[in-house]
Amino acid sequence: MKLKGRGIGRGIVEGEIVVSRVPLSFLGGVDPETGIITDAESDIKGESIKGKILAFPRGKGSTVGSYVIYALAKSGNGPKALIVEDAETIVTVGAIISGIPLVTGIDIKKLKTGMRVRVNAETGEVEIIGERDL
Amino acid sequence: MYLTKEEELALSGEYGPAVQKAMEILVALGDIYNADRLIPIKSAQIAGVSYKNLGEYGMQFLRDFVEMGAKVSVYTTLNPAGIGDEEFTEKQQEILDLYRAMGVEITSTCTPYYGPNLPKFGDHLAWSESSAVSFANSVLGARTNREGGPSSLAAAIVGKTPKYGLHLEENRKATHVIKVEAEVKERTEYSILGYRIGEIVKDGVPYIKGIRPDVDDLKAMGASMAASGSVALYHVEGETPEWRVALTDDVEKIAVDKKDLQDVRDRFSAEWGAVDFILLGCPHASLREIKEIAELLRMRNRPLKVPLFVTVSKSVKALADYLGYTEIIERYNGKLLSDVCLVVSPVNEWYSGVATNSGKAAFYFKSFGLNVRLDSLEKIIMEAP
Repeated sequence: MKLKGRGIGRGIVEGEIVVSRVPLSFLGGVDPETGIITDAESDIKGESIKGKILAFPRGKGSTVGSYVIYALAKSGNGPKALIVEDAETIVTVGAIISGIPLVTGIDIKKLKTGMRVRVNAETGEVEIIGERDL
Repeated sequence: MYLTKEEELALSGEYGPAVQKAMEILVALGDIYNADRLIPIKSAQIAGVSYKNLGEYGMQFLRDFVEMGAKVSVYTTLNPAGIGDEEFTEKQQEILDLYRAMGVEITSTCTPYYGPNLPKFGDHLAWSESSAVSFANSVLGARTNREGGPSSLAAAIVGKTPKYGLHLEENRKATHVIKVEAEVKERTEYSILGYRIGEIVKDGVPYIKGIRPDVDDLKAMGASMAASGSVALYHVEGETPEWRVALTDDVEKIAVDKKDLQDVRDRFSAEWGAVDFILLGCPHASLREIKEIAELLRMRNRPLKVPLFVTVSKSVKALADYLGYTEIIERYNGKLLSDVCLVVSPVNEWYSGVATNSGKAAFYFKSFGLNVRLDSLEKIIMEAP
């Protein structure tokens, strides 16, 4: 299945997806040293986003969050790509300065943690290429 | 978004990696907010200065940007810095040096308009600090969105910003009419009124009726609104430059009365016994506010037992020094701190309670867990131990 949104940044990556159903704050919400979600209000608290493709509705909290995304990318603990329903300044700027492919305008209800997806920031497409092996 | 040939070249890396990265940021923002093009800006004012907010990660970003050869291309000033222990001070200095290396003027203030970064009506800007954004839009009639640190820096480097949000006339219209049905005279009352309006309109554009503020009242009121809500532009009937063109037909009308203001006041009513410092100058004090403080201290005529900090911009501090106000304030246990902000400093490590005349400072200090007394300048100075 292919979902069509809008691509921001560059690159095509493939990987396993982690889906949060609620907005995410990066400042104070993600540990840049490990990539583990620490946001108390997050439904994926305790999960790692390192090397994963992270899907969530939108960013929230301080604009310093952009620098946390940058730190995650720099330390090698960052996500491979970001998928959001609604891109705002924090996540967009974070993705651009970190060189992380971002696709916005995706209905994330169609995505489930554990799926394998291909994210194309050039065309804005998210393709589901496999369900979780259980 | 449409890009000129020159902008295309910048985006392709023709002018180096820093300009390219800055263009990527502006183009991405332009795309998500449906801007049709970039517009030139007259000045920038950058957030992400205090080490408390920026942290190691933000510093790394700045170091990498400097290494790529980043230079600003328009007049650019900074938000206030933080103060802290020796390690903090060292990091803070490095941050200022990094900005200086990019050609940024190291005037770290939330009132750049008292110094050389004074926009005029209709100027497009890329400013970050919330009270400065509010003042530029509402009082001066300039046009700026509430930028984040990296986006204002990117705009400063390119000298342009995507045309969306408050750069467009249609987004500068009022979303709410606020009818003030209480007597609002003294400056802290304006600050309290702003606090209440921010809670009501959130990120809207209020049109306020029934008040006659002076310019310092406008500054205080706008700063509170931008803290309790995220108001970047307001209009005051008969007072601010765009009030005549601000109203459209279907706008929600809301009354604010004495009870609404008392409700805000009641939330910040710490006893003097719980106060271990006084903060004035949030946003940074004007010369007139400093004069008022000095005159009140002279009338009181005995030193304060709790330290008094007055935060100011460098340029206003220089005038206060020259005119002798600094000396008077110091005589009574006060101190003028230039270029810094206590809201972006680790104050909760040093103090447990504050008295202030600023709704904005009250909002943030309370969120840090401090006891807060919000009171008028006169009462604070005359009634403090």
